[in-house]
Amino acid sequence: MIIRRFSGLPTWDWRSPFDELERMRMELDRRAGDYPGSVFRLPPAGVFPLVNVTEDQDNYYVRAELPGVKTDELGISVTGDTLTLSGERKLPEESEKASYHRREREAGSFSRVISLPTRLDVDKVKALAEDGVLTVVLPKAESAKPRQIAVKSS
Amino acid sequence: MTETETKSLQAKEKKEVTTPAELTKPGLVFNPAVDILETERELTLLADLPGVKAKDLKIDLNNNVLTLTADETLPEGSGEKDVFREYRTGRYYRQFTLSDTIDQSKIEAVLKDGVLRLALPKVEAATPRKITIKAGS
Repeated sequence: MIIRRFSGLPTWDWRSPFDELERMRMELDRRAGDYPGSVFRLPPAGVFPLVNVTEDQDNYYVRAELPGVKTDELGISVTGDTLTLSGERKLPEESEKASYHRREREAGSFSRVISLPTRLDVDKVKALAEDGVLTVVLPKAESAKPRQIAVKSS
Repeated sequence: MTETETKSLQAKEKKEVTTPAELTKPGLVFNPAVDILETERELTLLADLPGVKAKDLKIDLNNNVLTLTADETLPEGSGEKDVFREYRTGRYYRQFTLSDTIDQSKIEAVLKDGVLRLALPKVEAATPRKITIKAGS
């Protein structure tokens, strides 16, 4: 029997079926980033909340839309280079006599781990919520910041 | 929620809508998620409008058509550069047709933590009123 292998064609030597899923996921991620100038990426399936991440020289800013979620219902923890957001979105109980015509808003619990490109200064993390948008300010660790090196002429 | 087990939330992409003719500003337009509930006395409309400040929310009532238009304020500072984005921002727009039973002069709106609560009381016409008749002298 001749076993032919062409590079780029699927072969049957996957270590586990999940490797193939992982490969597909990565492919999708890559395509999502293919559009010129696009910073949009497909979030991993089933996560909540979606986040937008920006940076400046000193900090990362992670933002999430969490309408109606109070800051004291949120758990924010930071270790190394990862941020964990968890909490529960509760919708206030309405009158029992009320009948719903439409119910699109959802309640439930969530937890999400977000990895950032560099290590973080865990002691100086700040979080604020405004108009239903949570902003977590994550200072970059000193060691991760770019350093200006002055070149002296002899 | 009365369920004993809390559901875990899954993110949904914001629903984009085709721009209605009246909106001339460029940008993305989304349909906000709403709950509409009714009691004997009033209709209540709850809408998720994250990132919207009270001054940027317009509620318009014209010929029984209620229109919500809201612009999101972008929270990003000027010096920030994108690392990656998963959700998009823009403007919220949605229209509802109300029945005649709403007392349009008593509509109240509260926007808190990105959630709009709109109270639409029903006309009191149905409430029986006692009319006292004076005997003429």
